[in-house]
Amino acid sequence: MGDVAAARKLDEAEVGRIFREESGRSVAALIRVFGDIDLAEDAVQEAFAVALRKWPAACLPPNPGAWITTTARNRAIDRLRRESRGRELLSEAVLLSPANDDPRSPRKEGPVQDDRLRLIFTCCHPAISTEAQVALTLRLLGGASTKEVARTFLVTEPAMAQRLARAKRKIKAARIPYRVPEEHELPDRLRPVLAVVYLVYNTGLTSTIDPDLCSEAIRLARILATLMPDEPEVAGLLALLLLTESRRASRMRPDRSLVLLGEQDRRRWDRALIEEGQAIVRQCLRRNQPGAYQLQAAINAVHADATTLEQTDWSQIVALYDQLLALAPTPVVALNRAIAIGEVRGASAALALVDELDLDTYHPFHATRADLLRRLGRKGEAAAAYERAAALAPTDAEQDFLKQGGRARAERTRRRTS
Amino acid sequence: MTHYLLSVHSVEGEARDPMTEEEMGQFMERVGVLEEEMKSAGAWVFGGALHDPDTATVARVSDDEVLTTDGPFAESKEHLGGFYIIEAEDLDAALAWASKTTAAVSKPIEVRPFRHVSEA
Repeated sequence: MGDVAAARKLDEAEVGRIFREESGRSVAALIRVFGDIDLAEDAVQEAFAVALRKWPAACLPPNPGAWITTTARNRAIDRLRRESRGRELLSEAVLLSPANDDPRSPRKEGPVQDDRLRLIFTCCHPAISTEAQVALTLRLLGGASTKEVARTFLVTEPAMAQRLARAKRKIKAARIPYRVPEEHELPDRLRPVLAVVYLVYNTGLTSTIDPDLCSEAIRLARILATLMPDEPEVAGLLALLLLTESRRASRMRPDRSLVLLGEQDRRRWDRALIEEGQAIVRQCLRRNQPGAYQLQAAINAVHADATTLEQTDWSQIVALYDQLLALAPTPVVALNRAIAIGEVRGASAALALVDELDLDTYHPFHATRADLLRRLGRKGEAAAAYERAAALAPTDAEQDFLKQGGRARAERTRRRTS
Repeated sequence: MTHYLLSVHSVEGEARDPMTEEEMGQFMERVGVLEEEMKSAGAWVFGGALHDPDTATVARVSDDEVLTTDGPFAESKEHLGGFYIIEAEDLDAALAWASKTTAAVSKPIEVRPFRHVSEA
C-alpha cells in the first residue's frame, strides 16, 4: 500500500518545529483562560513532552495547534485540582473557558479573538524594559526555550531565567493588563511592539548563532499584519522585513564578512519576497499615512527595482529619506540620506553633510566618510577613516573587511570607470 | 482592584527657586483639582505631602532595645516628597493617574503595586 510511504515519520526536530509554530497561540489562549503566565507556560511545555512521546509513533493530529491547547489545558486543570489555591482559580477559569477551545469545533479566529495580540501587547508593555520585552516575546510568543533566548542575548541560562522570572513577576504584581490597547492608546503602545519585532529581526541578521530569529521576526510581523490590517506601520514593518530578507543570502560572504549593496549579486535576491514586499509598499502608498517603517520599506523597494547600483533611482531615494528625516530626525537617518545625496549630487556634497553629524562612535559613519574621501581622491584621510571604522566595528569579519576596504573598493572603482 | 503607591520624588538641591505666592497658588489649585478628580473617580485612598527629610526620626530595634535616631533612614539626594495611595483596575489605569500627578506637581512619580494579603 502507498500508505506506508505516505505516513510520514515525524522525527523529534519536526515535532519541535511544529511545536514552535503553534505554542505561542496555545500559551496565549491559556494565559487568558487561567490568568497565569507560569501555569500556561508549564502546561504547554508538558503538552510538548506528550507530543514528543505520541506523535512520532502515531500520525500527526489533524489540527496540531488545537491538540496542543487542549492537552495543555487538561494538564493545567489537573495541576490546579491538586492544589488548594488552584481549585478556586479553576472555578473561575472554567466559567471563562470559551467554547471554541473545543478541538471538535472549528476554530474561530477573527482578529479580535486572537490571544496572541493581547500577549504581545503585554510582553511589550512600556513598563517592562526593552531587553525583557524582547526576551518575553521570544519565549512566550516565539516558543523559544529559555536556553535559546539566553543564547540570543549572550547571557547564561540561569541569568536569562532570572530576567524572565522578574518580568513575569512584575506583570503579575503590578497587574499589567492582558488586553489589546484601545484605539487612542495604540500609537504609543504599538511603537514598542514594532520595535521589538524589528529588534528580533536585526538580532538574527547580525547573529552568527541564531539566524532563525529573522524567520521568527517575519512570522511575528505576519501575525501582527493579519491581526491589525488597518495599521499602516504594521504593514510597513512587514514589508521592510520581507525586502531586507530578500537580500539576506547575498549580504554575507562565506567567511561572514559583509557584502555592500553595490557589490551584491542581485540575481540572488529573492524575487518572491521582493514582490510581496513591494505589493505591500504600494498599498501603503495608496493609504498615504506615511510612517518610519513604511518609508524604510519604500526605500528598500526602490533598491529592489534596480538591476545595478548605478541604475538605482537615487533621487527617489533622496526624496524618501527627506520624508524619513522629517519624521525621525536622527543622525543615523541623516547619514543614510547623505549617502543617497552622494549618488545624486556627488561625494563632496555628501561629505559636507556627513561632517556635520555627531556619530563619532558609530563605525558606519567612519566607513561612509572613508568611502567619500576615497572617491574625492583624499587617500591619506580615507585610510585614517577606514582605520577608525575598523577599530569600532563589532565583529572580526567586519574589521577585516574595513581594513581591506580601501584597497578592494579602489579596484572596484577602477573597473567601474574603465 | 489593586492598590498602588504613587510616590513623588524630589531631588535635594535641584535648582528650585522658592515659588512665588502666585505660583504656589496655581500649584495648590492643580493639586486640589487632581485630588478632587481621584476622589470622584473612586480611586483615592489616601495621600499627602511630607515635610522635608530633616524632620524625620528613625526608630529601630537593636539588642532588644528600641533606639531612636535623628534624621532620615537613608542619607540620599532623592527623597520622598509625598505620596498617594490609589485603587485602580490595572497598571494602565494607575499609570493614567501617575501621568496626571506628574503633570500637576512637575516631579517624577514612581508607581508601585501593594501586595495582596493572599500573596503574603
